[in-house]
Amino acid sequence: MATKQQSQNAITLKGSAKLVMDYLNFGINSILFQRGIYPPESFKTEEHFGLSILVSTDSKIQQFLQPVLNQMKDWLLEQKIQKMSMVISNVNTKEVMERWDFKLQYEGSGDSNPDSVGNKELTTIQKEIRDVLRQICSTVSFLPLLDCPCAFDLQIYTKPDVDVPQEWSETAPSYIANSQELQLRSFSTSLHRMDTVVSYKADF
Amino acid sequence: MSQFSYVNDLKSAVRMDEPITSGPAPRWMKKSVESTSSSANTSRKTNELMPIKKTPSKTPNKSKSPASRSASNTPAKPKTPGGDRFIPSRMSTNFDISHFKMNQENENLDLSPTQSDYRKAMSENLHGCDINNVRVLSYQNKAPAPPDGYQNALKVVYSQSKTPMNVRGATRYIPHAPDRILDAPEIVDDYYLNLIDWSFSNILAVALGTSVYLWNADTGAIDQLLDLEGADYVTSLSWVPNGNLLGVGTALGPVQLWDASQTKRLRIMNSHSSRVGAMSWNSHILTTGCRNGQLVHNDVRQREHIVGTIQSHTQEVCGLKWSTDGRYLASGGNDNLLNVYSGLPGQATYQSEPIYSFSQHQAAVKALDWCPWQTNVLASGGGTADRTIRFWNCNNGQCINSVNANSQVCAILWSKTYRELVSAHGFANNQLTIWKYPSLTKVAELTGHTNRILNLAMSPDGSTVLSAGADETLRMWKCFLPDPNKKKEHEKRSSRPTMLGPGLR
Repeated sequence: MATKQQSQNAITLKGSAKLVMDYLNFGINSILFQRGIYPPESFKTEEHFGLSILVSTDSKIQQFLQPVLNQMKDWLLEQKIQKMSMVISNVNTKEVMERWDFKLQYEGSGDSNPDSVGNKELTTIQKEIRDVLRQICSTVSFLPLLDCPCAFDLQIYTKPDVDVPQEWSETAPSYIANSQELQLRSFSTSLHRMDTVVSYKADF
Repeated sequence: MSQFSYVNDLKSAVRMDEPITSGPAPRWMKKSVESTSSSANTSRKTNELMPIKKTPSKTPNKSKSPASRSASNTPAKPKTPGGDRFIPSRMSTNFDISHFKMNQENENLDLSPTQSDYRKAMSENLHGCDINNVRVLSYQNKAPAPPDGYQNALKVVYSQSKTPMNVRGATRYIPHAPDRILDAPEIVDDYYLNLIDWSFSNILAVALGTSVYLWNADTGAIDQLLDLEGADYVTSLSWVPNGNLLGVGTALGPVQLWDASQTKRLRIMNSHSSRVGAMSWNSHILTTGCRNGQLVHNDVRQREHIVGTIQSHTQEVCGLKWSTDGRYLASGGNDNLLNVYSGLPGQATYQSEPIYSFSQHQAAVKALDWCPWQTNVLASGGGTADRTIRFWNCNNGQCINSVNANSQVCAILWSKTYRELVSAHGFANNQLTIWKYPSLTKVAELTGHTNRILNLAMSPDGSTVLSAGADETLRMWKCFLPDPNKKKEHEKRSSRPTMLGPGLR
């Protein structure tokens, strides 16, 4: 009876990776909308994690995001990712205005065994993710206005021994001059732990 | 003669519009000479591999000399199979990365162990990881830029990108935790009762079951004022506006009058036969409302205290408030009615029938308060089925505004310090909400009570709001602390000598 109960509550490594990638996908889309990077009319409302989330309808954005997230998922299963940075920069001057860091930690057993399972209930994980997504939406109340045309890029911090596909290239990390940092809530799937931090340009 | 030739040489040397005849030959001339002297075998091979290039066609030639013209006509044959020099494509070169890589290679030279450790720690702090132990990768196909001419729509939300300093200073700090929590064991959890009141002399009266306790906010001393006997219990309390008299309503109907300074009961007024849930003072008149919907005006100075009776509610009166100027009386009942009456018995304006009877609320109207700076404006709040706060102009009987509070409204108080009001609520958050008036935007929500809030009272200085909850706690919230700058200004103004001189009292 106990084993049956455990298997019901268990979350697999693949399931955990999917949750993390879903969070990143909806988190990035929420940031793009909340920070006004793209016009609001290019977003549609979808229900995820018990929340109404605004997702971009721009095919070019989706064509950029999907391969990145798919590749990330593979690296995540191999435990090769340390963090992902979403860098928002001024289109004209290339100055970095804002950086969202999604930091990953691998919990449970240290190996990348595909059969490893977590012990956290899905509803609990979804509630935690919902809380972080809510917090992302509420950051608009204190983050400074991005009053210049901005673009975004995703930078993946991986371990040195990662196999890099042809479409990927090595790049320099992005800094923000005079930055202030805010740690948002974390969530854990019991296999992966995700910390979200936003750094923004503070005019002193 | 020789001097002329010297002058001519000098002139020709400084003239800028003639071709240079002496000095090293131009590069394209050298190349053409080299190419003609090279073997035919090599040139044939090269011609098979790639088309012949005339270097002068690439190198701008501004010289108009015959020599240059003839040279440009001769076909240039490359010296080596590679052709002209290699010019790299700069479009595909990422100079930022190159610079970063070059610096990274050279940065650790001649560093002491301490410096390298410091650098490593700094790097880890900046990047959240050891940058030498990670690869930073990005997808080569970049995300699209926003459409041309697109302006961030959030500009509307922000009036300007930087908040002006004067505005920044204007937003006051409201503590979201209570300043003090007092126990209120056995406080009766009944929406229709009014069990707390804060006096002019800073004494808080609290009804706990059959007893009334007085808490001195200055000294912290607690005294029991009275204890009812039998099945009776306290149902309402009300201090006379500028004194130590306390009206005590009971479940059996009699209203008691107590002098708190002497802990002495002055009289009992048998105005009602059912419980008195609401009371309000207008000078020496104590108006009481009871369970059967009746209102009674009691003149506490007279032996025959009943000076007027009003029967306009069909169910229990749970809210009762005289306006600050004494012109209007508002009563709210369990029949969902809000009635407004004019004047006192004996006055020319007095009417025993309500001048306005508002039926817009969809639940019992307990929460009532008159605006201190607009004495004709009344705020009222409805119970669970209504959940709205409405604002009324009692000069013309119009509903000025309304706001959905999303939960049962248990009490309302206007601030004496700011153009704001505070409302107390029940399920689900049991919170106090501070509203700006007249915009009705939420200033703050103060949570902490674990059960619905029953009543609110305000300190005499207007800085502190006390909430009594069904969780048997009294919580003090310093939500209307005066602005220190305004306070200083006020003190300066009051300390200024008057024109009338010090002798006049």
